[in-house]
Amino acid sequence: MIDPKSHILDLDLMSLSQVEAILDDADEMTKILNSDFKKTEELKGKTIITLFFEPSTRTRSSFEQAGKILGADVINIVNSSSSSKKGESLYNTALTIQSIKSDVIVLRHPHSGAPYFLSKLLQESTIINAGDGMHAHPTQALLDMYVMKKHLGTLKNKRIVFIGDISHSRVVRSNILGLSKFGAKIVLCGPQTLIPPDFLSNKHLPENHPFKNIFYEPKLNDAIDQADVIMPLRLQRERQDSGLLPSLREYSTYFGISLKKLQNAKPNTIVMHPGPVNEGVEIDHNVVHGQNSVIQEQVFSGVAIRMAILKSVTQNKALKVE
Amino acid sequence: MSKNILIQKGRLINPANQTDGIYDILIQNNIISDISNHIQPNNNFEIIDATNKIVVPGFIDLHCHLREPGQEFKETVATGTLAGAAGGFTTLCAMPNTIPPIDSKPHIESLSNISKETGAIRVLPIASATMKSEGKILTEMFELADAGAIGFSDDGNPIYDPFIMRQALSYSSQLNIPIINHCEVPELSKHGVMNESWVSTQLGLPGIPNSAEESMVARDIMLSKLTGGHIHIAHVSTSGSVNLIREAKKEGVNITCEVTPHHLTLTDTIILNKNLSDQNFVTSHHSYDTRAKVNPPLRTSSDVQSLIEALNDGTIDIIATDHAPHSDIDKICTFTEAAFGISNIETAFSQIYQLVINQQISLHKLIESLTIAPARILGAQYGNLEKNKPADITIIDLNEQWKVNPEKFLSKGKNSPLDGHTLTSKVFKTIYQGKIVF
Ligand SMILES: [Zn+2]
Repeated sequence: MIDPKSHILDLDLMSLSQVEAILDDADEMTKILNSDFKKTEELKGKTIITLFFEPSTRTRSSFEQAGKILGADVINIVNSSSSSKKGESLYNTALTIQSIKSDVIVLRHPHSGAPYFLSKLLQESTIINAGDGMHAHPTQALLDMYVMKKHLGTLKNKRIVFIGDISHSRVVRSNILGLSKFGAKIVLCGPQTLIPPDFLSNKHLPENHPFKNIFYEPKLNDAIDQADVIMPLRLQRERQDSGLLPSLREYSTYFGISLKKLQNAKPNTIVMHPGPVNEGVEIDHNVVHGQNSVIQEQVFSGVAIRMAILKSVTQNKALKVE
Repeated sequence: MSKNILIQKGRLINPANQTDGIYDILIQNNIISDISNHIQPNNNFEIIDATNKIVVPGFIDLHCHLREPGQEFKETVATGTLAGAAGGFTTLCAMPNTIPPIDSKPHIESLSNISKETGAIRVLPIASATMKSEGKILTEMFELADAGAIGFSDDGNPIYDPFIMRQALSYSSQLNIPIINHCEVPELSKHGVMNESWVSTQLGLPGIPNSAEESMVARDIMLSKLTGGHIHIAHVSTSGSVNLIREAKKEGVNITCEVTPHHLTLTDTIILNKNLSDQNFVTSHHSYDTRAKVNPPLRTSSDVQSLIEALNDGTIDIIATDHAPHSDIDKICTFTEAAFGISNIETAFSQIYQLVINQQISLHKLIESLTIAPARILGAQYGNLEKNKPADITIIDLNEQWKVNPEKFLSKGKNSPLDGHTLTSKVFKTIYQGKIVF
């Protein structure tokens, strides 16, 4: 049985030093990616299954590439059919892939907590959470922090602003858990219908809870003032259809990031986006491709971070417990 | 004819007549024939030594799901009543959300026959308030009452349409039978799978706000006022609900309500981490335990405190289990997919007894809430351990400690979040109509 601690379920289960180790190792991985011969043998003989119950080109292919560069065998299983809303699907798929002796399973699933469920079912494989429902996306948060650290040096006391659909964002949740380990100042902004009540006010939060030090700024201008990082989040059309917003037009007028609004931020602020981008809704085309944008760098760093993560979890397997 | 039973030296607690003392109790011909300080045994008596144990009226559960007919893979009358007996119950009121729902006289009669043939203890049927429990047309309540229905409910779902609710309360009022409502405004609980709180925010699970329950409780209070009908609010779970009910009772509204063992003792944080400390709010690989998924959801510690206060001050009338057995298929899945419900009839008393140990409620209150208080709502003679009453008796060892192992449940439903917990106090014997059934 795998040591439950070796899974990458979310960043709350990783210590600051574990996070730092992965970010440091990602530097080494970046060197491999920048070299002419992009192949190592560190994961030779290991089998990685990417198991995706939601469509995702970017995350899946970056895991696949990361695994292959490190010499692992990678099997992709895509199961984004509507059958996945039926109970048996993850369970049955899990039983099927149990017969493939995989070392690592990279899981993307629309239900929060699915990787926790899988880790109880498949006790011989290490589970990496590649996004579960609205809960967590730890590898995305690690790459976000990697890019932030590169530009800001340290994360301590840096003002990191997330804008928009906080309620449905697994990226924000994992970023909060990671960034608070480094002592960053986390600011949330957006219409209140897209922000969970306990982020609007911390009065019901217990002392010492990692969400306790989050600030909510209702107005975009106040939020991005003095921001070191601005991260608008993907806004899905469903939010309008389900009654959370009157219109995307109004959203983009008041909360969309345009070059004009960016003038109220510090000149060296960096603009990030977890992707995929809805240009013209939460962010304008010329901001995506503007001088503050590090969005392409996020994509590139995704591979390096995932290489570092795959290395770390396969090495942790040495810690096998009964 | 069953044997005569002599229960010796137990501490008899009977809240119906304020008895609390060491007595011998004799059961003859299924009836309690004598209660005295000392009864001389003779050879025909089966003797139960109840020294250091409490002897109380058999418990009455006003709200449980026996799943028969239609979902016998989850529970049957046979297994559910055995489980009830193991929990100290001698009377179970079965919710009608079976397949098909209990919405007509033949269905009630069929259930009564099954209960007579296979039930270990008494089963009293609750009938649907509306045809097929669809919330559109009232059931034939007069006939259903004559056939034995003790309440009307579409539980599992609320009676959604306020007009239908008004008619249900009005039509049933001359029968003196309550309308039992599962209060939940579906537009507010939409997609929700747990309490809406910082825990749901952290776990990324859609939440069910307290107001989903409270706004329908408020509506039902108004409609009871309008019609005079008896509204019984099922499984209250929030401080706002009990505040509304407290005020309504002051005004003389014809309202009663119940609380479950889990809402009295557990909070939503167990879905995050069973061993949460106030320094560390992290998930563990045991997070998202589907066995803690229940509707209404487990709420916060301040709701729990309000529920305990409301039980103590009489705002909450009774404790009912909402025993909701499920099969593995319903629970071995992601939290989102899992069915709502907890199998708890075998742990109910012991779970709440922890509150007695913590001095949050009295032992008398606990027993009253499971015996004479629900009997009053039923208008029945059960729940009273007196001479010449039917011999429904539960004997409990308050000191025994035991570890919950759902695999050992008599219920088919192993879905208990208390798996592995150590509880204090255990049912020692259950006697139903003079027969030892556990
Ligand atoms: Zn209910």
